[in-house]
Formats: sequence, structure tokens, C-alpha cells
Amino acid sequence: MQDDSSFTKKSFTIALAGNPNSGKTTTFNNLTGARQKVGNWPGVTVEKKEGRATFRGMEVTVVDLPGTYSLTAFSIEEVVARNYILDTRPDLVVDVIDASNLERSLYLATQLRELSVPVLFVLNMMDVAKSRGTVIDEKKLSELLAVPVVTTVGNRNQGTESLLSAIMEAAGRHETIPESRRVKYSRDLEASIQVIRDMLRRITSCSFPLGFRWTAIKLLENDTVVRERTAALLGPEAGPVMEETERQRARLAQLYDEEPEIVMTEERYGYIAGIVAEVVRSKSAARVDVSRKIDLVLTNRYLGFPIFLFFIWAMFQLTFTLGAYPQAAIEAGVSALSAFLSSALPSGFGTGLLVDGVISGVGSVLAFFPNILILFLCISLFEDTGYMARAAFLMDRIMHLMGLHGKSFIPLLMGFGCNVPAIMAARTLENEKDRILTILINPLMSCSARLPVYVLLAGAFFPRFAGDVIFSIYLLGIVLSFVMGRLFRKAILPGEAAPFVMELPPYRAPMARSLLIHMWDRSRMFLKKMGSVILVGSIVIWALSSFPRTQETLRAEALQARVREARIALANAPGSEAAREAFVKAAEAQRESEAKAKAESYLGRTGKAIAPAFAPIGLAWSEAVALVTGFVAKEVVVSTMAVLHAAGTEDENGLAEALSASGMTPLSALAMMVFVLLYVPCLATVATIRQETNSWKWAAFSICYSTALAWIAAFVVFQGGRLLGLG
Amino acid sequence: MRLSDMREGQSGTIVKVAGSGAIRRRLLEMGFLKGKALTVEKYAPLRDPLEVVLAGCHVSLRVEEAKNITMDNVSPLLPSD
Repeated sequence: MQDDSSFTKKSFTIALAGNPNSGKTTTFNNLTGARQKVGNWPGVTVEKKEGRATFRGMEVTVVDLPGTYSLTAFSIEEVVARNYILDTRPDLVVDVIDASNLERSLYLATQLRELSVPVLFVLNMMDVAKSRGTVIDEKKLSELLAVPVVTTVGNRNQGTESLLSAIMEAAGRHETIPESRRVKYSRDLEASIQVIRDMLRRITSCSFPLGFRWTAIKLLENDTVVRERTAALLGPEAGPVMEETERQRARLAQLYDEEPEIVMTEERYGYIAGIVAEVVRSKSAARVDVSRKIDLVLTNRYLGFPIFLFFIWAMFQLTFTLGAYPQAAIEAGVSALSAFLSSALPSGFGTGLLVDGVISGVGSVLAFFPNILILFLCISLFEDTGYMARAAFLMDRIMHLMGLHGKSFIPLLMGFGCNVPAIMAARTLENEKDRILTILINPLMSCSARLPVYVLLAGAFFPRFAGDVIFSIYLLGIVLSFVMGRLFRKAILPGEAAPFVMELPPYRAPMARSLLIHMWDRSRMFLKKMGSVILVGSIVIWALSSFPRTQETLRAEALQARVREARIALANAPGSEAAREAFVKAAEAQRESEAKAKAESYLGRTGKAIAPAFAPIGLAWSEAVALVTGFVAKEVVVSTMAVLHAAGTEDENGLAEALSASGMTPLSALAMMVFVLLYVPCLATVATIRQETNSWKWAAFSICYSTALAWIAAFVVFQGGRLLGLG
Repeated sequence: MRLSDMREGQSGTIVKVAGSGAIRRRLLEMGFLKGKALTVEKYAPLRDPLEVVLAGCHVSLRVEEAKNITMDNVSPLLPSD
């Protein structure tokens, strides 16, 4: 169709396919440099990367397909890759083949050849193959497969130039592999393929978008996606085709005493074995397998876990300890800016919006940014060196208890720091169900923003066992994550669990460029999406707490001006007892007025309206309000309670006393801690869930289930405690 | 003998890969084919999953999945351990 125009075409689209760990990502980075865009494939949570390359004045758009071993309909990644090729018809599909693992890589390659698209093979990691004593005759390979073959060493950026030039040539020629050169199956299989193919041809007079032979093969393999698509394409005439397919499948099953799809897999491997025998010369030199040596230590029965824990500890230290310095600097900058603006601008509506809405909102996101950068650097390092697969190997037994994959461990662990990057880290899971489950469970890991709330409440009501109480809250989250994980796996993400079967790739030295691109892509996305969501959320909460403007609001603002004057007076006369007293009095009056104003605001009214729902778990309307504001960020719960109880935020004892005075008991404090642990994840987390699952449905589900769980758990704690006579 | 019954260091030949749909297909696609030789490299510290070397490639799978693979010509257990 496009063949005539392709000579004059100025731009091409190519798709990059390949096994996981074949060096596909490195090849992609080499081709496109930093000119790439990361997003999601429509409708699924599979990551989509697109980049651009220019070569001799030609523009090439490179689409990175998900890494797969095959093109069946068993995994969402494979369906995504296949549908992209079939529906978008790229000018060329480039398959990155791991030369050191030729046989397995050729399995995907033979399937790509069966599709009616032009393909080009890249023999990557030729250096590794050579060091293992394997010599591959690439000319012979190209001849046998009727496909152009280019060799590269991706992690040293060797061969990229010749790859680009081969891509241009092949994309321009737009030649597909003739049917006669594709995989030949045994006679009985070919006969069945022939029958179905001829039937399809008879029915559809014009061309069939999926290719006759390929569709016939896939129907015989009982491929669900192709069955559906064929049925849709053929309409009422699909019936006889499906019946014939069933007949042929039954015939083949009887002949081979085996399902046809299994026979085909075996025959493809047979075809590959023939090719490998012709193109590979192994000089089985006594090779030193460095990777194996490393693994003797890193996945050792006794040393494996301690080393793993050390790496995780180091990652946390780097992220939250080293990251704390720039974080503190950013926070100081933001609060200095707020302080400056609130003293420079007249107090009132506009200043409130700017300082309490916009700046505090954006500032809270910015403060996370250094942590995010470091965290993603560590994760990229784990992934690029190949250690991530070992971590999964070590942890799988434990994670499997919650219905999860070994790789889920790192995202869950990171949740104790901050759920936002933790949920983004779930991208390392290849299987969609595993990823969604990991994301849903993640907020049960108590993030660091919840700690100030526990510290306040446990410190005020359980002064002697504060540490034990906080620890058991964390423990409760972990226990519930096991319970909910199993429940969700059974109830909402049913179906056959994805096989764990996973390659443990050789260890590789990471490339600085890859690491940086990886880190920057993720971090930039965080900044962009979270920034906007948090900004809107902060403004909404600010507006709810500032309107309607009553007499009390105006009074509080006027008192604010007086506090400022008193502070200046105190600063001018540091030793004066009278000035100090005047300042303290003014501040107290202002706090009381502000507490009244907030109680009259929409937020306060909301709190009073929803208070009946909180009564059974022992919480008053003021706590309800604090919990609502905690939706923006969990640590806000503390500052809201401080405002509503007219206690200064600088003095935690003041707030603790005010809470006791307001009628909160140790039991209701415990119920509140449980509630804070479990209820709605913060706005940034919800936005991340929405982004990473690519659906509002999962974000909404997360909000609902967590709130329901929080209420039930808090109810059990509060009412159970009362029954036991503790309240 | 099933693959899950093999111990570290033992090698053998695959006779049959059983199991349901996705798992069996995946195993075949990863190269667990009739007649191929493999060696059990090690078990994870908690005895699940296990790591095997198949055609020079290290692959890990759960014990549950390894139960589907029937082996033959299994080499004798190493004396030590």
C-alpha cells in the first residue's frame, strides 16, 4: 500500500522488539539519545516509550515495544506488542537479539517473521557471545532467515551508525518475508493451516489486515485475541471458520496426542535448532563465568538475605538521609518565601490564597523531589545491573504468600518512605495483575508522613509505651497487606497467576547514560503530574477552610496584623517582659479567633456534618476535619488539629494537652491512629495510582476500600476496647 | 523424577512438561523442551524458587512450577552438602 510513496518518504516509524534483558532499552537509548517520551499504552498499565532519531536528514520515530519472549495472547505485554505491529503497521520492526542467547531469542524472531511486516534483526551483545566462545555467522543467518542482520555491542554504543543506515534501507524497501521462506511446520499442521487459510481467502475477497497464513496459525493455536478479532472482521461468516478450526484442532490433537499450540511451539524450536546448527560455531573455551561467581555470594543461602537487606538499607539511607539535606533546603526556602510574602503583602484573601494555597502546595511537592531523584537512581541501578531479578529470587517465597511476585518487595518496602515513588517503582513488575495488586496494597505501608500523627497521639496518650504503640501500628499495616493481598488476588484480580519463570540475566556494568535517562524520565513525570494535582488540591482545601468569610474570619485577619506588630515590638526590645507578654497574648487571641473562624468555614461545617460517621469510632468533629485535610498530605492532620484546638504548632505539648482536654481518650487516640494508617491515601498517591494504573476506576477503588477498611478497623479497636472496659 | 525433586548440582534431561495453559506454554517458550539438558544451580534461601541452567541461560522458577517438569537421566547426588 505504502510501497510507492516510501521512496519519497521523509520519515519512518520503526518498532523495537526483543526479549527482556536483550539490550533493547540500551539500543533504544543509543538510537534516540535523550529525545524520548515515556507514557502508557492506551488502556493498559504497560509503559510505552517513544523516541526520535535523525539520520542523513531523515526522521525516524522509534517505538519501544514491551520486552517479551513470545507473541502469544497470554500476557498483556505480548498482546500490546502484537497489536501495535498489526494495527499501526510500522515501516519496520527491529528485533534485538541477544547473541549470547541465540536460540531463545530466535523464538520471538521467528514469530515476528510470521507477521506480514518488514523485519530487521540486531545481533546485540556480540562481545558476550564471543567471550563465551560462540561465533555466529551473521551473513548465513541473514540468508537463512531472509532478513537483514546487523551486529552491535549496545552497552558500548558500537554499531549504532550501521544499524541506523540499515534501518533506513530496510524501512525504505518495505519488503516482507515471502510466505515460502517462513517457518515450515510438519505436513499435518501445514495441511490444517492450508484449509483455514483458503477458507479465509474465499470469504474475504479483499486483503485481510491480519494476514491469511498468520491468522490461520493463530486460530489453530486457539489464540483468544485473534479469535475475537477474526470474528469481528468476518461478522456472520465467522461461524463456519470457527467450526472448521475446531474440527482441525481436534484432528491435530488426535494425531499428535498433544494440543496443536504445543506442537507448534516445539516445531518452531525445531526450526530454530536447525538454524542455530548452521550459523553457530562453538569453541567451548573454558569460560570464566563472572556472573555465576557473583551469585555464589549474592544469592547464597546464608549471605543472600543479609546482603539484600544491606542494599535496601543503603538505598533508604541515601534516599531519606542524604535526600534530607536538599529537602530541608527547599523547605526552608519555601517557608522563607511564605514568611516574606505574608509580611510584605497585606493580610487578607489574596495573600492567603498565594501563601497557604499555592506556595505551600507546590512547596510540599518540590520538597520530595531530591528523594525521588535518588530513589529512582537506586532503582535504575538495581535494574540495570541485573540485581533486581536476584532480589525477586530471594523474596519470592515471602511475597508469594500475599499473592505477589518477588519483585513486589521493593515497591512495598519503599512505601514506608513515600507511597508516591513506591507506586511508580511498581513499573518494574512485568505482569499487569501483579502490578495493580502491588499498587493497591502499597498505601498499607505506613509512609513517613503519617509518623508525625502517631508521634503526637502516642506521645500524648501512651507516654510510657509510645514506641510500642507506633510499632504495632506499622505491624498492623503489614499484616493487613497480607490479608488484603490474598483477598484481592482471589476476589478482584482472579484468573491464573502469571508464571514466575524468570530469567536471571548476567550481571552487567550499568551505563551512566542509561541510568540518568531512566532517573530523569521518572522524576520529571512525578514533578509534572503531582505538581498540578497537589496544586489544585491545596487550593481547594484552602478555599474550603477560608470561606465563607465571616465576622470571625475578618477578626482573625485583623488579629494576625496585631500579632505581627507585637512580634516586631518584641524583636526591637528583646529583653522586655512586657513586650513578650503582649506578643503571647496577641498570639493566643489570634489562635482562638482562627479556631472559631475555621469551625464556621465550609470545612468546619463539613466536619460537623460527617461527625456522626466518626462518633462510632470515638472521634469528634474536629478530628473529622483534620482527617479530611489530611487528604492533601497526611502530616497536615497534625497542623489542622493544632489550628482547631487553638494550640500553637511550635509547641507539641500544648496540642497534646488540648486534645486531652477536648475529651479524647487513649482508646479513641488509638482508633484515630489506626484510621490514619488505613484511610484514603493522600492526594498525590491517589493521583499516582490513577496515572500508573491508567484508570480512575482503580484510583476510586483504592479510595473506597481503604476508607472502608480504616473505618472497620477503627470501629473494632474503639468498640472492642470499650467492651473490654478500656475506654 | 520431577525437577522439583532434584537437588543442587544435579543435572538431567527433560522428558515431559505438563501443567495448565499459561504455565506450560511459558515454560516451553523459555526453552524447557523435551530432550534438553538442564542443571539445578541452586535453591533460594527459603527453598523456593530454584535456579536452573538451561542452554547456558540462568532461569528461576517456583517449586510449584518445577513439579510440572519430568526429568530423566538425573545425575547422582553430590556427596557433600
